[in-house]
Parts: sequence; structure tokens; C-alpha cells
Amino acid sequence: MEDIRIRIVDRQGEEHWVDAPVDMNMNLMELVRSYELAEEGTIGICGGMAMCASCQCYILKSPVDLSERSDDEEAMLSEAFNVQDNSRLGCQIFVQPELDGLEIGLAPED
Amino acid sequence: MSTEHLQAPTSDQISEPIETDILIIGAGPTGLFAVFEAGLLQLKCHLIDALPQPGGQCSELYPKKPIYDIPGFPEVLAGDLVDNLMEQIKPFQPGFTLGERADTLEELEDGKFLVTTNKGTKHIASAVAIAGGLGSFEPRKPLLENLGQFEDKGVAYIIRDPEYYRGKKVIIAGGGDSALDWTIFLADLAEELTLVHRRNEFRGALDSVEKVQQLKNEGKVKLITPAEVVALKGESHLEGVQVKKTDTDEVIDLDVEEFVPLFGLSPKLGPLADWGLEIEKNAIKVNNSLDYQTNRPGVYAIGDVNTYPGKLKLILCGFHEATLMVQSAYQRIFPDKRYVLKYTTVGGVTGFDGSKKEAPKAVVKKIE
Repeated sequence: MEDIRIRIVDRQGEEHWVDAPVDMNMNLMELVRSYELAEEGTIGICGGMAMCASCQCYILKSPVDLSERSDDEEAMLSEAFNVQDNSRLGCQIFVQPELDGLEIGLAPED
Repeated sequence: MSTEHLQAPTSDQISEPIETDILIIGAGPTGLFAVFEAGLLQLKCHLIDALPQPGGQCSELYPKKPIYDIPGFPEVLAGDLVDNLMEQIKPFQPGFTLGERADTLEELEDGKFLVTTNKGTKHIASAVAIAGGLGSFEPRKPLLENLGQFEDKGVAYIIRDPEYYRGKKVIIAGGGDSALDWTIFLADLAEELTLVHRRNEFRGALDSVEKVQQLKNEGKVKLITPAEVVALKGESHLEGVQVKKTDTDEVIDLDVEEFVPLFGLSPKLGPLADWGLEIEKNAIKVNNSLDYQTNRPGVYAIGDVNTYPGKLKLILCGFHEATLMVQSAYQRIFPDKRYVLKYTTVGGVTGFDGSKKEAPKAVVKKIE
């Protein structure tokens, strides 16, 4: 399957268009780590269980509606900082073909 | 989790340093298993952890979540894995300094190490193994401009002595178990108690949520949701806070003396970063797969806290690293002793507590 393209604005404000594989069960947190766009140890601390907010990102532009958060995610974000209406946990969004062209920004480290 | 056999240092012990062979910083799965491997070599261990209970992330973050890649366990809950490790190392009588963060590392004249915690507890050991995972768990602080000004002057992130809040006007912020539990606990002590949370829903044990609901109905707790504390006021001590309702933008001024934000814990490498160790990507660099020693001889880093080419942050890798580390520490402590690895099936497990486990001897008897 073909990779999709995702635009990631890192914590320094630098933007990166990256190729994201859709057949590896990869989530956005892992995608960021695989391209080392955030320092190791500052993202994905809980490993992707929605139990920390280190992978919080803002959905800047999405081809599909990504506004719905899971219950665990909603609870975690309700205790996190720098949360905005378009905040999501990167670990809860999986790279799928329909996300081609997605644009996200990484939230600051809290 | 059973903690009955843990030894917490009492105040009269604090002046007297705790002595051990290997001092392990971090009581997560890797640190705990190191005690077992050290015990097989008759080396004693003592563990320091900032959390009040052993188990590290497994106990703190996800005790009820399953792990599927522990060899020999098709599935094990993180909390059960910790309980099992505690059982496995029990014969080797590890000491624990819990609820304290290892702050400084000094090398003594005789080559031993002195590690002092944030509460002043001193530990002396021949080798130090840092098994600190992602670092020590520190309270997450809300982003408020003058927060630092009021720390310990009306703002506390951990409730150490509930009695301190008796007869005071207190506001708690947060929506998890600790916010709920402390609300319930302080409801009878505080003169006035307010709980604010950014959502209407709380995540916590159902009976805690119901109990807080009941306290609210009885008028013992004032609940403000969805809302957050947006400003702190006072001179030398906190005198009040501003709470903003996030749905209506209404701002409420409250006279309070104590603000307790309970937003959970997040790991920070913290003082370890100042121990003169080589750090790369928030982890401690070690010599690749030799003995996990750092750039300071006698100081090792094992488990998630270390990094080397090919590093994987897996519990099973931490176990392996702990095992090799202990062999190296043994050589360091007993440079002249000859040692040959012995299987536990052959040698059994002889505890420091006098217990002895060994494989049953085969019966040799003629069948007639």
C-alpha cells in the first residue's frame, strides 16, 4: 500500500512533510518518533496508552473529521495543559489512507 | 500490593547511612529483578524510589493493563508482574527507601559511592545501578504565572500532612482519583473545601465519584465545573484564587489559603542529569551490551534509563541488562574471586533470610 503524506509542525515551529506508512498499525505519536521530530523521552512517555499527554497535538487541517476523542483520551486531555478545541493525543490516531494530507502541530512539552 | 516487609527509614536512622553492596536507583521491574540476580551472587541490594510504592511505571501508570511479552507469561497484568518480582526477590531481603528522590552521587575515598536523597537519607554502596526508567515521577504543575511564588506558601502538589489543612479554606483542582480521594478526606477537616475540574465528568473509582456527589449535596464540598484556576492572589502567602468557568467564561473570586493542584505525575530525569554522566536523548549512555557501565566506573545504568546502539525499551531487555550489570558489579567488588555461572536449577536459591529453594533430588531406587 502506498504511503500517505502528513505535515507535522514540530515544537520549534518547523514544518515537515513526511511519508507515513498505512500498513504498519502506526499512530501519529509513533510517526513523530520514527522521524525524530520530538526529542526521545519527551513524547510517547506512557508508550501509547493515553495515560500521559506527551503526544498531544493540534489538528490543523484534516481531510476527515478527527474531532471525536475516546473516553480515555478525553479524560487525559481534561488534565493536560495547553489544551485547545483541536487537541488530540497522537497515540490515539492511526495512520490510515483517508488521512492523506493531514496537518498537525505538536503541543509544547508540559 | 503487599508492602508489609518494606523498610522505611525512621527519623533516628537518617543520620546513620544505609550500607549495601549495590544501590539501585529506581524500583521498577528492572531494578527489582537486579536484586534477584545480585542475590544469587550473595550481593545485597537497597533500592531508592521517588514513588511511595515499588513497581515504577507498572504500578503508577498501568497496574491493571496486560503485558504480553514477558517470557513465559502469555499475559500478565503490570501490577501482578510487580507482585511476582517482589515475591521472587523476597529471600534476598532488599532494603527500600521509598517516597524519596536520589539527588546527589559522590565518590568516597575508598571508591564507594554516597547517594543522598532529597530528604537527606544517605546510602553507601560499592556499586550504583541507575534503573530510573524515564526519571522520577514529579507532580505536573498548572501553568500559572506566579505559581512558584506561592509554592509551600499556600500551594502544594502533594498532601503530606492532612492535619495541616484543618480549619483552613482549601481549593483542590483535578479530576482523577487523587483529587477525588483528597476531597473526600479533607471534607471533614477543612473549614471550606472547593473542588474545581475542567470537565463535568470525573474519572475515578465509581464509589469515590458518588461520595463526592454526596458531599456536594450535603453542602460540605463546593464543586465548580467545568472550570479552572486561572490566577493566584496574595502577598507573602496565598490569599485567594480566580476560577474561570470554561463554559460561560464567568470569573469567580474565591478567598482560599491553600491551593492543591492534583494533575497527576510525569517523569523527569531530574537530578540524575547532574551526576556527571553522559546523557543522550534524555537517557544515560552506557557501553554497548558489555556490562551497562556509564562513563563513571562503578555506576551502571539499566533498563529504560540507558541508551546504546540498538537499545529497546522493553522490560525483558531490562532484565537482561540487570543480569549482566550484576556480574560486572561482582567483579568490581571481589576482583580476586573466581566465579562461574551456576543455574538456579542446579544451585538452588539461598536467601539471606535463611530460606533455601532447590530442585527436588531424583529418587534412586530399584524397581523389583
